Amino acid sequence: MQAKQINQRRQLLLGGLALTGLSLSGCASMGGGPSIGRVVVVGGGFGGATAARYLKLWGGNVDVTLIERQSAFVSCPISNLVLGGHKQMADITRGYDGLKALGVKLLQGEVAAIDAAAKSVRLADGSSIAYDRLILSPGIDFMLDGIGGLKAALDTGQVMHAWKAGPQTLALRKQLEAMPDGGVFAMSIPKAPYRCPPGPYERACMVASYLKQHKPRSKVLVLDANPEITSKKGLFERAFKQHYDGLLEYRANAELKEVANGGKLAKLEFEDVKADVLNVIPPQRAADLALKAGVINVNQRWSGVNWLTMESTAVPFVHVLGDATFPGPAMPKSGHMANQHAKVAVAAIIQLLKGEAVNAAPVVMNTCYSFVTAKDVVHVASVHQYDAADKTFKATPGSGGVSAGANEIEGRYALSWADNIWTDMLG
Amino acid sequence: MINWKALWPLPLAAAAGLCQAQDVNLARNLAATCANCHGTAGIAKGEMKSLAGRKEEETLRLLADFKSGAQPATIMHQIVKGYTDEQLRLIAKHFAALPAKN
Repeated sequence: MQAKQINQRRQLLLGGLALTGLSLSGCASMGGGPSIGRVVVVGGGFGGATAARYLKLWGGNVDVTLIERQSAFVSCPISNLVLGGHKQMADITRGYDGLKALGVKLLQGEVAAIDAAAKSVRLADGSSIAYDRLILSPGIDFMLDGIGGLKAALDTGQVMHAWKAGPQTLALRKQLEAMPDGGVFAMSIPKAPYRCPPGPYERACMVASYLKQHKPRSKVLVLDANPEITSKKGLFERAFKQHYDGLLEYRANAELKEVANGGKLAKLEFEDVKADVLNVIPPQRAADLALKAGVINVNQRWSGVNWLTMESTAVPFVHVLGDATFPGPAMPKSGHMANQHAKVAVAAIIQLLKGEAVNAAPVVMNTCYSFVTAKDVVHVASVHQYDAADKTFKATPGSGGVSAGANEIEGRYALSWADNIWTDMLG
Repeated sequence: MINWKALWPLPLAAAAGLCQAQDVNLARNLAATCANCHGTAGIAKGEMKSLAGRKEEETLRLLADFKSGAQPATIMHQIVKGYTDEQLRLIAKHFAALPAKN
């Protein structure tokens, strides 16, 4: 009874303090003492790994479990350089030991079900783990039904997507290496929104850079379902012309309808395109894990979130990060943004576990570097402030932008960006 | 019964002294938006600049020069315009208080 009274009084005090612009939400990394709560994170990518690490850095005495199906993290950013032959898989692979060293419990496994009422996650091996707050950073899965023959072509390994870095990246690289000089590499880009807006155009450049050097009679055919290049348009157009004129051909409004002939024929609305290597980036939605959790509630594709906490608008006590979310205006689906989502979520979750008010004015920002040659890079950057009236993040007017032109300095920055963000998420 | 009137100043003192309350979190949260490039707690790798341990005034002057264009940049002139002056001040102060790399 007395505890309850104290708690009520504490709420009153907090209310009063909030009016003066103060609250008791500080005491950042005061570790030790009893656990303030159990947080389970599912998905060890840019969002989930960052969340697990920052829960330890900022929460101290939060009990953190990270469930991830892979034994190591493989980065999508920089993976296009592997396709171009400029980097190796080892360069984009990092382990989870840094998180373990911070006290994060690592569970390698597959989530079978989420019981939101019981606040429990069940794994494929039958074991269960309870949570006070659940963080899902599930990434994306593909919508294959709209493109005839694609599922079979992907399942049999005839066609690679390579839009989740890992074995697919290596397999696509091997297809490129096996392609004869004079061959056609065709790639299909889905309608926006999809993961990493500039990624497909960077990929086109990286493949072209490899072919230009080793198989110069070949051709890169970019089949874009969008009416124009969706990110850094002028910069990519310039790069296509400056570096890959005659080798790379870009076609807008070229939506893939069917894959045929053992993955060697791309059927569009009005024409068929023959390819020696066909790389299809399929249309995307929030991953299966989000479906299992019941958090897909926007356009049957994405997860709506409360941007102050990243808590799902469909299922309480479940927070969703990264590419799976229905984004704020002009907010890209990027690893960088997922990392920023994670920090908003972690700050809020620690406060919620302590019964405190959450930060009312969060900020997130994004930077995406794209390689147009092995060394030259272009960027796009944006800063997004929380807008209390519209309850979403909005890009600050007059801020952000793209590179003046491709340059080698940003080529070095891009690799340092990768090193720093991988360390920020994994230690 | 607990005499709440007598205890009233204590949370305030704790807030202002030990923990700095929301001020600390706000600055910490804002500074964490820089970490993707400039490293966790302002300790960067590779070509990026470490921010930890830099004097507040120096950082603020550099940020102002990025904003005005007096200091040429590849990207910072665009990013700095996304933050309010008060947010930049909190960020600069936060990094100034963090230990620099040995």
